[in-house]
Parts: sequence; C-alpha cells; structure tokens
Amino acid sequence: MKKIVFALAATLAVTAVTSALAEDKYKACFIYVGSKTDGGWTQAHEVGREYAQEKLGDKVETVALENVPEGPDAERAIERFARSGCGIIFTTSFGFMDPTLAVAAKFPDVKFEHATGYKTAPNVTTYNSRFYEGRYIIGQIAGKMSKTGVAGYIASFPIPEVVMGINGFLTGARSVNPDFKLKVVWVNSWFDAGKEADAAKALIDQGVDIITQHTDSTGPMQVAEERGIKAFGQAFDQITSGPTAQLTAIEDTWGPYYEKQIQKAMDGTWKGGESTWDGLKDGILSMADYTNMPDDVKAMAEKTEAAIIDGSLHPFTGPINKQDGTVWLKDGEVSDDGTLLGMNFYVEGVDDKLPQ
Amino acid sequence: MHIELQKRPVPSRLFAVLSPFIALGLTLIAGAIMFMALGKNPFDALYSFFIEPLTEVWSIHELTVKAAPLILIAVGLSVCYRSNNWNIGAEGQFIMGGILGSLVPIMLPGFQTWLTLPLMLLLGMAGGAAWGAIPAFLKTRFNTNEILTSLMLVYTAQLFLDWLARGVLRDPNGNNFPGSVRFPAAAQLPEIMPSQGSAHYGIVLALIAAVIVWFMLSFTLNGFQVRVLGANPRAGRFAGFSQTRMTYLAFLISGGLAGLAGISEVSGAIGQLRETISPGYGFTAIIVAFLGRLSPLGAIAAGFMLALTYLGGEAAQMTLGISDKVGRVFQGLLLFFVLGCDTLINYQVRLVLRKAAPAAGGQS
Amino acid sequence: MDIAQNILLTIMTAATPLLIAAIGELVVERSGVLNLGVEGMMVIGAVCGFAATILTGSPWIGMLAAVAAGAVFSLLFGVLTLSLAANQVATGLSLTLLGLGLSGMIGESFVGTAGIKLASVNIPGLTEIPLIGRLVFGQDPIFYISLILTGGVAWFLFRTRAGLTLRAIGDNHASAHALGINVLKIRYLAVIFGGACAGLAGAHLSLVYTPQWVENMTAGRGWIALALVVFASWRPWRVLGGAYLFGAVSIGQLHAQALGFGIPSQFLSALPYVATIVVLVIISRDRRLTLMNTPASLGQPFVPDR
Repeated sequence: MKKIVFALAATLAVTAVTSALAEDKYKACFIYVGSKTDGGWTQAHEVGREYAQEKLGDKVETVALENVPEGPDAERAIERFARSGCGIIFTTSFGFMDPTLAVAAKFPDVKFEHATGYKTAPNVTTYNSRFYEGRYIIGQIAGKMSKTGVAGYIASFPIPEVVMGINGFLTGARSVNPDFKLKVVWVNSWFDAGKEADAAKALIDQGVDIITQHTDSTGPMQVAEERGIKAFGQAFDQITSGPTAQLTAIEDTWGPYYEKQIQKAMDGTWKGGESTWDGLKDGILSMADYTNMPDDVKAMAEKTEAAIIDGSLHPFTGPINKQDGTVWLKDGEVSDDGTLLGMNFYVEGVDDKLPQ
Repeated sequence: MHIELQKRPVPSRLFAVLSPFIALGLTLIAGAIMFMALGKNPFDALYSFFIEPLTEVWSIHELTVKAAPLILIAVGLSVCYRSNNWNIGAEGQFIMGGILGSLVPIMLPGFQTWLTLPLMLLLGMAGGAAWGAIPAFLKTRFNTNEILTSLMLVYTAQLFLDWLARGVLRDPNGNNFPGSVRFPAAAQLPEIMPSQGSAHYGIVLALIAAVIVWFMLSFTLNGFQVRVLGANPRAGRFAGFSQTRMTYLAFLISGGLAGLAGISEVSGAIGQLRETISPGYGFTAIIVAFLGRLSPLGAIAAGFMLALTYLGGEAAQMTLGISDKVGRVFQGLLLFFVLGCDTLINYQVRLVLRKAAPAAGGQS
Repeated sequence: MDIAQNILLTIMTAATPLLIAAIGELVVERSGVLNLGVEGMMVIGAVCGFAATILTGSPWIGMLAAVAAGAVFSLLFGVLTLSLAANQVATGLSLTLLGLGLSGMIGESFVGTAGIKLASVNIPGLTEIPLIGRLVFGQDPIFYISLILTGGVAWFLFRTRAGLTLRAIGDNHASAHALGINVLKIRYLAVIFGGACAGLAGAHLSLVYTPQWVENMTAGRGWIALALVVFASWRPWRVLGGAYLFGAVSIGQLHAQALGFGIPSQFLSALPYVATIVVLVIISRDRRLTLMNTPASLGQPFVPDR
C-alpha cells in the first residue's frame, strides 16, 4: 500500500512541474455564485463567457469557478484567480462586492469587473444591466392582456434591483391601464422550482391572470401553461416550458459586453473606476419573440422597445406616485440612476408592504 | 458473496493509525479511475486536490480560515453525540452566535476598546448556547425529540438573520442592499500574520477549545458522566448522574462553541453581518465530528482534511476545468472510504465468496 | 368555490413528495436504522427519473427508473452501515453530499430541457364533479401511490408478522437475533425500500410538481421528510397528517402574502417550521406514549456474534 502511495506522490510531483509551464494567452476569469447550469442568472453569465471565448478565439483563455459561496470563500477564489495569472476577473454576484475590492487592493495590476455593485476602485469597474427597461415592456403587455387588471409577481429577496423590477413592471402596466394592481409574493429564494410554482398557484387562485417572476426557475411558467394563463420568461427564453403561456421573455445577454471588455483589457484601453449600466440599446439584455398575443399588443410592445432603444422613452418618467400616493416624479420628470439603484419604495398600485 | 465482521477483543491500535491512510489510498485509486473516465489526467487531478492547496503560504492560511469553524463546531458536537444527544442544528446555533456577537459593533459603533472583541465573542457563545438550550429544554421538559427541534430551529435562525440583515441591522449607507456596516478594526478578530495571508485567530480559538474539551472529557467528572451516560444510560442513572443536567450541558457546550464559531467567522473572516454567513458549516461539521471519531483532537485532523478537499476542489476546477459537481462526488467518495475503513479498528473483516458448506463434505 | 379545491390540490401536491420520502424513512427507522441521506437519494431519484423520461419519452418509465435509482443508491449506505457497521449519521450525511454532486453531474445535459409531465388521472363523469371531483378523481398517479403506500405500510407494520419482526429488530436487535431473525437482511430490505421511496418522491418533483430538472431541486425537502418521521412518532398515518399540515402552512403563508397583510415574509416563511415544533411539543408530552413508539435501537450498528 505504502509503495503505491509513494509512487503516486512521485508521479504527482513530476506532472506538477510539467503542468506549471504557462501559456501566453490572455486569461479572463469568471466567478459564479451558482451552478453553470442553473438555467438562470449564472447560466446566462456562462453563456456570455462562451460567447466571448468564441468571438475572441485563440487569443484568450477563459476560466470559470462555479458555486462559490459569498463571503470568505469568494475572497479566496478571487485571490486564487488573481495569483494564477488572470488579466481580468469578472465577479458576477452582488455579494462578491467587498471580496472583490479586498483582493483588488492587493493586486493593483489585475483588472476587476464586478456585476451589480456600487463600489469601485482604480482597478475595479462595475457593470449592470437595465433590466427595468424590459420589465416596463412586459408590464405594458400585461396591462393590455390582463382581464382582471391584477398581475402576480413572484419575487426573490427585497433588494433594490428586485424592487426596481416590480416598479418598472407596474409603471409599464399603468401606462396603458391606470387602475392596474399588482400582488407580490416573496419566496425568499432565488431558486426553488417547487416553491415558485406554489407561489404562482397561490397568486392565480387569488385572481391574477398574468404572472411574472424575479426568480430563476421555469416552475411558474409551467404552472401558467397548465392553468391557461399568461406569463413572462426570466433570464432565458422559456418558450419550451410555456408554448402557449409565454408572451415574451427578458433575456440576459452578457456576451457582447464580456467580449468588449476583454478586448479592451488586451488592448490596454480598459479603464477602472467606471460604473457601466447598459440597456436594451447596448444589447446587454434583449426581448424574446412576442408571442401568444394579438397583433395590436405586439405592435405596441415593439414600438415601446424601439422608443427605449432610441432614447425617446425612459420608463421612469413622471407623473409617477409612490405607494402612499405622494408624488415621486412630477409630470415629465425622469428618475436619476442613483434613486433607481438604491430603490426601497413601491410605486402606487402594489398590493404589498415593502419589507424594510 | 457477503462481508462478515468479527469483533476484535480490543480495538486495533495498528488500524486506528493505518485506516485513514488505507482510505486515502483507496480514494486515490477510485478517484484516478473516475478522472480517467472523465478524460482528465488523473495525476494532475489528484495533485490539484491534495497537494496544490498546500504549496503556497497564502493558501495554507486560507485552509485554516476554512477549517476553523468546522473544528470549533465539531468539537462541541463530539461532546453532544458522545452523551447521546442528537443536535443536528449547529448551523442555527452558529448563525445565532454570529447575530448576537455582531450586535456590539452594529448597535454601539462608538464602543471600540480592548473589551469590544472579548465581549463580542462572549455574546456569540451566549447566542449559540441560548439557541442550543431550546432543544435541550424541550427535550427535558416536554420530551420532544431534539433531532426535529434542532433542525427546525436552523431554518428559523436563517430566516431571522435574513430579516435582520435586510431590515433593522442594515447599513444605512449601503444603498439599501442587505448587510450591516463593516466592523471597525477593534471589532474584528485580527489576522495572525497579515503580511503572509488571511488566517485569523479563529483557528487558535478552535485549537484551544479542542484541547480544553479533550481535557474535560478525559480527566473531569463531567467528562466521565458524559461518557458513561452516553455509553450506558441505565448505568449512568444508577450511578446517580442526572440525564437532564447532561442534556443541558451537552447542548450548551455544543451550542456555545457553534456560536463562537459563528461570531469568529463574522468578525474574523467576513467583517460584517451578512444575510448569509455560513455555507453549511453546521452540517459539514457533523461529518467532521464523526470522521474525528467523536474525539476533540480527532476533530482537528478531520476539520483540516475536509477543508483541504474544499480548496482542492476549487484548484481542480480552475486548473483542469473539473466541474464543481465532480469535486463534490470525489469528496463523497473520500468520506465513504474513510468511514468504511474505520470498521477495521473494531472488527476483522472477511469477504465470504460463497456460503460456507453446511458440513465438511467428501473433500480432504 | 373552486378556489377551495384548487388550494387543497396545491397543498396535496406540495405534501406528496414529503409524505412518500417520510414513509420510506419511517420503515428504515422502524428497523432501527437512521438514514440521514434522504435528501441525496431524493435528488438522485429526481434526476434519474427526469433523464429516463426524456430518453424514453415515457414518464412512467421515468418513474420506475427513479425508484430503481433511489434503491440502488441507498445500497451504498446499506453496505457501509450494515455490512461494515459504519456510523449511520455520518454515512447518511455523506450520502446526501454525494447525491447532490452526482445528480448535478448526471443532469448537466438535461438542464433547460422541457419536461414531460406524468399525466393526472381523468375519469370522464367523475373528475368533473364540482368541489371534489379533481380532488378525489383527478390527481396525479403518484398522489394515489402515496396514499396506498401509507395505508400499506401501516398495515404491514402493525398487522403482519413480517412487520412485527421488523419492529422487533428496531426495538432490540440483539434479542431479535437471538430468536433467529436475520437482522441484517431485513435491515437491508428496509434501507432499499426507503431508497426506493425517496427515489419516487424525487420523481414526483421532476415529473409532476415541476416537470423539469434543475440542480438541487429538492431544496431541503429530504430534511423536512426526516423531521416528519420524528414528528409522527414513527406512525404512518401521523406522517400523512404531518405532511399535509406542513403543506397547508407552507401554502397558507404564500396566500397570506398575496393578500397583502404586510407581515415580513421571513416570519411567514418560518411558520411551517415553528408550527411543526409547537405541534410536536404538544403531542410528545406523554413520555410513555412516545417511548412506546420510538425504535429503541435506532442508529446503533448491529454486528451478529459468531
């Protein structure tokens, strides 16, 4: 037995030396909070990484670590990447913010990109997607399609991003049906197909005829299909789960952004300390095909999408009231990005009390 | 074909030492086969798993950061399980310790003296012990099964932390994102050698706790009672030992140490109270406790070993693109071999290929 | 009034996987073995059931595959804890770890694939009866299996000789052995039965509840099933009551949220766990009754003398 162990150890030592010979490709690294195949948030980033790898070809090598818990594990994983010769590191979860900054301070020559955070440094840039633009469009569609005038929203956790999504959806719906109401159920999870499906059923039983979600599984879409109501896909086109239920989906398309930033990092034109917040016009998110709806609704959705892309429409343009009826945005006033990124209040029409 | 066990008259000292190495050998072989089947170079893979994390100083520091909470919790659980108290809710006690200890820097940001940290650690222990006392109380007073209550209290604690970190304890300047303020230096468990890596004093606390509990179990009356009541409750009662007192003792020690682990993690490794503070340490530590054969000193070795497989899985993922799931399967294999090989300590194992002939036939 | 039927259906669907996994574990524990690997066996069942369904196109074959996969996977636990007398708690937890990893590996290529649902029963004329038609005559096949399993296990444990033998082993394996009973063989059968049930519970998740495969889709349900066995003090019909109670509180809290009461969702989410503790405290106060039902040799390894 011992002999085998020794033999193994000796061979290990030899292979270690050979594998240490580094390659001279540019190395771009990704840290994921979930599994590469979670069908939602993380998979969208993984698809983006594959896209960038394919576009940039042999010049770069991309590496990813999945299922990295937020906290000290994240800091260790990021540091391991920084030490292993990564030129640029993408940390793709809000909870990686402080670990990213801590490691960035130790490795000033490595470039860092943190998704959805608000802290930057000379070698840390943040990036995010204006998901609310898509939410506004699906809200408009819901406002037109709903017969009961009440939609259901399956929400994960009360963070500004999710609250902004709820408000974006409702603002869109109210732009076509001023009396539109929204019921919200928090499932306290990003990912629990069963619980999400249960929440969808509870909402439907209470009279909503359109549901949308800010959670990752296709559970709600399947329920919508079964109960014969309409729903919207999240992160990915979910038409296979709801061939007659899905109206459209907000797709996360990080690929072009990753390609652009890695290219900049290789060219030496990458800049730190920036806060990128791209939208539909930049292609960081896109709408899936508009299906299962009358032509006039489809035409309206396409028009709104075009208006957002050409800049003539900002979803959060007044008059918009807060939940308690007080004025948030006066007529014609447009919300600033800071308010949106730290959003902690509902707009008028939400049938829920925001957890504080 | 079946396996026959023959109890040894006394546990084998030889195999007590040898069995982990046999298990390791078997894991290496099984792992090599698995990696080959997946088209990876088995030697590279095994190197990443077991050796790469140990080749650099900073990585060894990280190993102690990962091992500290596992050891602390497992030491307490050893006492608990030896006395036949089935606390599987250490995860919840860990969280409550983290919460209570964090109240000092969050509620009293101005209080920054040499007393801050000791007070936090004490409160952390108190928080964990209090959460552990609930199943003990329900068990002794209402006869309620502690497996169920301690487990349910984990989920309750998780949701409570979630509510706090997103609500009342949220950093007012944190852009409405969850998580408390970052702790001031006086409230952070310091790093041992900041220039070398991020190991903090949590590992020292873990080692001290292991030695103290080992001493208590081996040389004090309390320890004797734990062992007697655990091995033979009837004999224990006969000797006049109180089962109720022992249940409280076991839960308070294991809850207190889990709570200490919680506040050490929050103040040493994280630096703020977040909406989640544990990637399942309380559950993993149960495995650590048993791998360490329910001995506080064994928990040290087991804790380091398990921590190594976590770091190794990460290294294998990075250098060889072996997915995280394969890493977890490999970890499971290792655990199975270790548990299986420990049989050799107490038993002689014989593989019987055929049922023994009922009587000596015509042969020979 | 159809709302009431819908809500009850939702509750039963949520409770069914818990019930099935718990019934299997109940038999295991009644034989004196504590298998904490329910979550792992369940997730293996879910992925294998889904994979077999996609590959063959038949959810029925998928269901059988899930049962078989759960049973085979539980054998790993059986060999270690029964043949090698390894510690049951640690082995069970390791089984969960292994199951979660292995299911992720198996399921990697099935993520995002649209599932095929195991069709619900439909009896023309009966299923359409208002108020109760779909509750009684229109549920999924696994729901009916869960009821048969509960009744069958109750009958087996308390009305048959074999059941008596199994309980005798769980209460005192040494004397059962002295009576000439093959303790290990019966425990093996119990463990395999538990694995098969957990596999079926997993199939319910990936073929009925939410017909899809996603990693870790059990989301802690195996742990709840374990708790339910204790909650029920090892009695089958109480498992059914416990599972439905848990389901009712879980679904009820979602409805409370949708009604907009404004109670923090974390407190509502914690309700099922707190309710379980409170109810167990109330029913376990009678020490004598509880002890009577607790398998006395639970968790202790048995090695026959030779």
